[in-house]
Amino acid sequence: MNQPMPKNSAMLTADSRLNGKRLGTGRKHGFFYELFRNRVLFLMLLPTLIFFFINSYIPMVGIYYAFTQFDFNTSLFDAKFVGLQNFRFLWQSGTLTKLTLNTVGYNAAFILLGNVLAIVLAILLNELRGRYFKKIAQSVMFLPYFVSFVILSVIVYNIFNYDNGFLNTLLLQLGGERVDVYNKPWVWIFLIILFYLWKNLGYSMVIYLAAITGISDEYYEAAKMDGANIFQRIWYITVPMLKSTFVVLLLFALGSIMKGQFDLFYQLIGNNGVLYNTTDILDTYVYRSLKVTFDVGMASAAGVYQSLFGFVLIMTVNYIIRKLNDEYALF
Amino acid sequence: MAIKEDVYTRIFKIISYVIIIMASIACLLPFLLIISASLTSNESIIRDGYHFIPQQFSLEGYRTVFTFPEEVLRAYGVTIFTTVVGTTLGLFLMTMAGYVLARKDFKYRNAFSFYIYFTTLFGGGLVPWYIMLTKYLGLLDTYTVLIFPGLMTPFLIILMKNFIRSSMPEELFESAKIDGAGDFKIYYRIVLPLSTPGIATVGLFLALAYWNDWFSSSLFINDPHKYQLQYYLYNVINSMQFIAQMGAGTGVSLSSDMPTESTKMAMAIVVTGPILLLYPFIQRYFVKGLTIGAVKG
Repeated sequence: MNQPMPKNSAMLTADSRLNGKRLGTGRKHGFFYELFRNRVLFLMLLPTLIFFFINSYIPMVGIYYAFTQFDFNTSLFDAKFVGLQNFRFLWQSGTLTKLTLNTVGYNAAFILLGNVLAIVLAILLNELRGRYFKKIAQSVMFLPYFVSFVILSVIVYNIFNYDNGFLNTLLLQLGGERVDVYNKPWVWIFLIILFYLWKNLGYSMVIYLAAITGISDEYYEAAKMDGANIFQRIWYITVPMLKSTFVVLLLFALGSIMKGQFDLFYQLIGNNGVLYNTTDILDTYVYRSLKVTFDVGMASAAGVYQSLFGFVLIMTVNYIIRKLNDEYALF
Repeated sequence: MAIKEDVYTRIFKIISYVIIIMASIACLLPFLLIISASLTSNESIIRDGYHFIPQQFSLEGYRTVFTFPEEVLRAYGVTIFTTVVGTTLGLFLMTMAGYVLARKDFKYRNAFSFYIYFTTLFGGGLVPWYIMLTKYLGLLDTYTVLIFPGLMTPFLIILMKNFIRSSMPEELFESAKIDGAGDFKIYYRIVLPLSTPGIATVGLFLALAYWNDWFSSSLFINDPHKYQLQYYLYNVINSMQFIAQMGAGTGVSLSSDMPTESTKMAMAIVVTGPILLLYPFIQRYFVKGLTIGAVKG
């Protein structure tokens, strides 16, 4: 309370100097000045910077592996340079096209269906009355998100296995015949999407539900006064208000359109070659090449292709979005 | 103000109830199938297949899992260890990073944010990452490799940063500074106590990722004693030989008609159990944190 005057005035000048700098009238300081002035903050951020340097940036150098004939015993730059040979093999085998189509196709389905259905469920749940009913329904739908992919594979096995799976048990009881689901590649397109939705819908629904709760009641009251029925209120108020959440989630999801959901595919399909045509994605291919077939050159080439293709894709989409509406762009 | 609901509203609500109830049931049924199968005798499963209600009730599945509990318990131990250490360390580092990046007077925050975010756009891929961790850092078959790669994710750092920025005004930091608090002191005396919902959410995400991790074990662990729980389960399910191996290790011979199908399902329940038990308690934190972190306020 009784602080001596000089200290106070010094504080004041310091403060105004700060303000001056914010307005851009202050003297510009270099990096090392900042480094010294905020050394504690830098120190606090340092572990994070080092972590991403080791875990993400150094492996980028390893892209070079894709252009060499891999040999575990020599170091990176001693390996024999073979140019684009690895990529050529991958391309000629037709694998690359198939993998790209599957990866992008599945992820596009996940993103679109996942978001649209989550919005629908959130709107339906929001209109219901009964605190406990709402809470329980929300918890139950969120539950699958907590289950590991290994357990998911147990569930799928439990339902679809040939000898005593639930589906075949049911079919036999109804007088039908057994179906060998694990031998029918086309069925898995639907099964994978179905189980993706089963696991993730509750999670996205909660996000949209939060966004709906944030919409002011006044809009709805006003619409009611004007005689709008429930469908009109949803279509003209709720849906437009969810647009920004939708776009943000969409953009985040786009970032992983070339990778995404490795666990889901690998745990459901594993090393079942019969199903590869419809279920192999870049991630599972790379993992298998590394762990099962030991084809390190091809695996690195596929990995580089994945990174580059994804990068270009995101940059393009971001560019288009920035042209259309600057507010929604990622960066 | 009791306005009578119009016909549209009533129809809409009925449809909503039907769809929501059906969706909820669809979310629960698969769990019921596994629980039921774990409580059914193996012969009954082989003969009649899986049902929603046990055709022939039996606890053999669970008995087999706990006949030689060392293996399961060790896998539990590894998972609990990695989850606790990884979550604590990761939380500490990510809240710290989130705080620094949320400070508006930190000049290079945008550059560093992009440095972190960029790793989600572009990467070296699985192969160089694998080679670096195994060949150059020598992390094969270590506990470090089960913890290190999952410590931080850009998404969670950004979530934490947004949380701090939206729930704490810049003036708070400034006034603390004027009172003589250093940057680190502000972090642990002001930011941490005020971030409980954010910490709970990020911590739960992190803990869930460690608890459900099977990938790290599958890539980097050859020694079965260091398998995480999920990968242990994965191996049990994929190898019919596991009971025989369990017997061989202890010198006890087991008959060939051991309950393998029901044992698999019992094992699945044992692995999922803690999450199913904790779920009602942790779920609300998730919802709360997601609500704050995901919707721009």
